[in-house]
Amino acid sequence: MSATGQAPIAAPRNPWRRRLLLLAPLGVAAGAGVGFLAMLRGMGTGSYNPRGVPSALIGKAPPDFALPPLEGADRPALSAADLRGAARPVLVNFFASWCMPCVIEHPQLMQLSRAGVPVFGIAYKDKPDDSQNFLRRHGNPYARLGVDQPGRVAIDWGLYGVPETYLIDKEGIIRWRWAGPLTEDTLRAELQPLLRRYA
Amino acid sequence: MSLRAPLLALLLLLTAPAMAAIGDPAEQLRDPAQEERARAIGRELRCMVCQNQSIEDSDADLARDLRRIVREQVAAGRSDSEVMRFLHDRYGDFVLLRPPFKLATALLWGAPVVALGGGLLLILAMRRRAAATAPPEALSAAEQARLEARLKDRPSA
Repeated sequence: MSATGQAPIAAPRNPWRRRLLLLAPLGVAAGAGVGFLAMLRGMGTGSYNPRGVPSALIGKAPPDFALPPLEGADRPALSAADLRGAARPVLVNFFASWCMPCVIEHPQLMQLSRAGVPVFGIAYKDKPDDSQNFLRRHGNPYARLGVDQPGRVAIDWGLYGVPETYLIDKEGIIRWRWAGPLTEDTLRAELQPLLRRYA
Repeated sequence: MSLRAPLLALLLLLTAPAMAAIGDPAEQLRDPAQEERARAIGRELRCMVCQNQSIEDSDADLARDLRRIVREQVAAGRSDSEVMRFLHDRYGDFVLLRPPFKLATALLWGAPVVALGGGLLLILAMRRRAAATAPPEALSAAEQARLEARLKDRPSA
């Protein structure tokens, strides 16, 4: 060891610094706690989804597509042209009869449709008969209906599960994507303000 | 140019049985080199449903669809980067298991460097402090003699 000739006892350091250092872990823990609580609250209201993935299509035009109509549903088919230059923002909703969250969100779609919001539906990987039964039982909120049985158009949209809902503004640009069921809270906290903003 | 179209047609014809087998575990391309390429691409792509698996490893429906798309495009002669771009355009950075370095991913890529650098700085600071509070100097000869005298005086246990 080098002989520095210093006093064998270290000079007393600033006691305040030491106290602050002791408090630092507490501060970090408190910060983490607040963050965690915010996350939990967000998960409760549905505004935060830990598995949520941002859509790559936000700010872009929807992909080009043309889907066949749902036979017997008495609704026109859906294609990309129907999403361009609408008089007001429109919703595109991917659903399937085999999808449980779709049942949960269906009343909200009915409510939007009754309020005059154009809701367009795309039946994802669903047998047309099953889609028909689903809509007969729960009501049909869709102004237009496309059938995407192979699920290829859905991949062009970057869909990774059903239900997913997209908001397209009057210029035909995708402004918002919701993965998972639309709840009352989602409508109030997210969708209604956006509908007003892009109206 | 004149050869390309019939060649492509032949290629598609050759891969047609593989297309038909999609949905089975045997969804591979006939050409082993192409299949190997498709697998290499698939291993770089995240399954959006299970999130911690590549589409090659996942049983999810969507992963199977994406595997099929990768194989179709490989069979159609697209390059690796073209296939990757096709999926990146639709699913964003998240679909890439090795996301590109950009502003949005800077923290992701930088975190290990920051952690390592921070750790090194901490170690350095601790070593400096240890050096500052080095053990006291060795006893001088006179001190050593006094100590030994004292110890000798002590009644032995």
